[in-house]
Amino acid sequence: MVTVTTPLKAESRDLNFIYNGGIHALKGINMPLYEKKITALIGPSGCGKSTFLRCFNRMHDLYPGNKYQGQIVMHPDNTNVLDAGVDPIEVRMRISMVFQKPNPFPKSIYENVAYGLRVRGERNKRIIDDKVEEALKGAAIWDEVKDRLHDLAFNLSGGQQQRLCIARALATDPEIMLFDEPTSALDPIATANIEELMTELRDKLTILVVTHNMQQAARISDYTAYMYLGEMVEYGDTDRIFTNPTQKETEDYITGKFG
Amino acid sequence: MNTEASTLKDLDAVRSMIKRHKLNDYLFGAVGLSFIMLILLTLLVLFIDLIMDGYPKLMSWDFFSSFPSRRAANAGLLSALVGSALVMIITFVSAVPMGVAAAIYLEEYAKKNWLSEVIEVNVTNLAAVPSIIYGLLALGLFVYILDFGTSILTAGLTLGLLILPVVIVATREAIRGIPVAIREAAYAVGATKWQVVSQHVVRYATGGILTGVIIGMARAIGETAPVITIGALTFIAFLPPSPVTTSAPFLNFDWLWSGFTVLPIQMFSWLSRPGADFHVNAAAAGAVIIVVTLLMNGIAIKMRYNIRKKIKWQ
Repeated sequence: MVTVTTPLKAESRDLNFIYNGGIHALKGINMPLYEKKITALIGPSGCGKSTFLRCFNRMHDLYPGNKYQGQIVMHPDNTNVLDAGVDPIEVRMRISMVFQKPNPFPKSIYENVAYGLRVRGERNKRIIDDKVEEALKGAAIWDEVKDRLHDLAFNLSGGQQQRLCIARALATDPEIMLFDEPTSALDPIATANIEELMTELRDKLTILVVTHNMQQAARISDYTAYMYLGEMVEYGDTDRIFTNPTQKETEDYITGKFG
Repeated sequence: MNTEASTLKDLDAVRSMIKRHKLNDYLFGAVGLSFIMLILLTLLVLFIDLIMDGYPKLMSWDFFSSFPSRRAANAGLLSALVGSALVMIITFVSAVPMGVAAAIYLEEYAKKNWLSEVIEVNVTNLAAVPSIIYGLLALGLFVYILDFGTSILTAGLTLGLLILPVVIVATREAIRGIPVAIREAAYAVGATKWQVVSQHVVRYATGGILTGVIIGMARAIGETAPVITIGALTFIAFLPPSPVTTSAPFLNFDWLWSGFTVLPIQMFSWLSRPGADFHVNAAAAGAVIIVVTLLMNGIAIKMRYNIRKKIKWQ
């Protein structure tokens, strides 16, 4: 059961999204995002879960012709991040993102993590040093890289690169962190590390994760939403969704009869 | 038993079919290789011929340190070498910032509509306009309207215009080679478009941009037609004023307005003399142009290799 006392961090209200070219990818999505909880989005390929995730930090604004309708409201300030008057850069400064494939910059490990701070105009080297260390520790990669902070990030393994990307997203103290299938390009051991890391991050921030892996959603998330064809079929407590779904479609997907 | 036999027979058929199909691989490989050899051999023979003809000149330092002369034995390349170098500086300074900026604008900022389509098609086509047309344009614009005269400035700007499309096209290609994931990563931490462009896209595309620039410059250094069209002299027995002076402000821009000659014009002028002795000079000048061009291309390849080794996209 959804705990009523958990504060809301954000909520999607009647969200529609239309891609340039007219594809109506999201249809009237309503979903809460509870503070310091992990919410997982599951569903078959093309169901709109990544599209939905990318609405939260206005990634769709990078490509012309995409259209949002409805709201994603952040609490406690009640800012609708989709409002045309809200600068997407402001939104991205509050909501950070980790991508499907590790995508570090071809710069040093240190510079990768420091980049978000530099973009925010931070010039004090001591502050940047401290933040970089804190973020790398937070992303559970500090011990592996502390002696080679100025090595090129490309020299790290795939799993290390993904944790570096998490550190980069963490360094700027975001309120919400978005994960777009963060382990789909990683081996099982690296996947386990990232999953453990995400459950640790829950103490600090709110997480929304898209995953194609239902076991992953069951393992790490507090709430799960099942999406299909751009609609939110079912949302609820992860335990409840996986043991006692109310919708037939959800059950079919979870039991592997479909998708 | 029966089916086994037929499977084996089929396998034989499959193997002979693969063999037949593979024959085409070898055939095309052989044809392609012989064409490449034909091209390379032709160039090599031409180059060796130039070096052999110009050998006596190429081996003497005087050839590189003397001005042109009425006597072939005394004539040298000095004014052409200096002229080419100074013209290339103007070409670089005029074409590279403008070309790179135009490419960045077209690739990152311009809205995709019919106007940007038209511009795109035109820029690509400009690269194919005969160079003498650029010479005519420059004669009208720089020499007559702007009254720059037949100067190093005019020649540099003319060649700058000529290689502008090459720089733009190469820069756009290099920019397009930057993975979307890297741009999105930068945007996702809150970077503005200009931060993404200046701190990521242009930096990672530098290898490709430089390659385009150097290939453009290598083309410009061998261009003759547009420089003749603007009225460059063929007999220059002086050097332009030095750009650096001993007294304040230490920089002098009089050289911009100086008359000049460049390597290909010098070569052309020697070639058009009736005396065979001048043809030795022409061959030597030709060899110098080819070496300079090859060197520039070699540098471009080396730079691209170095940068690719450092930045390898997964």
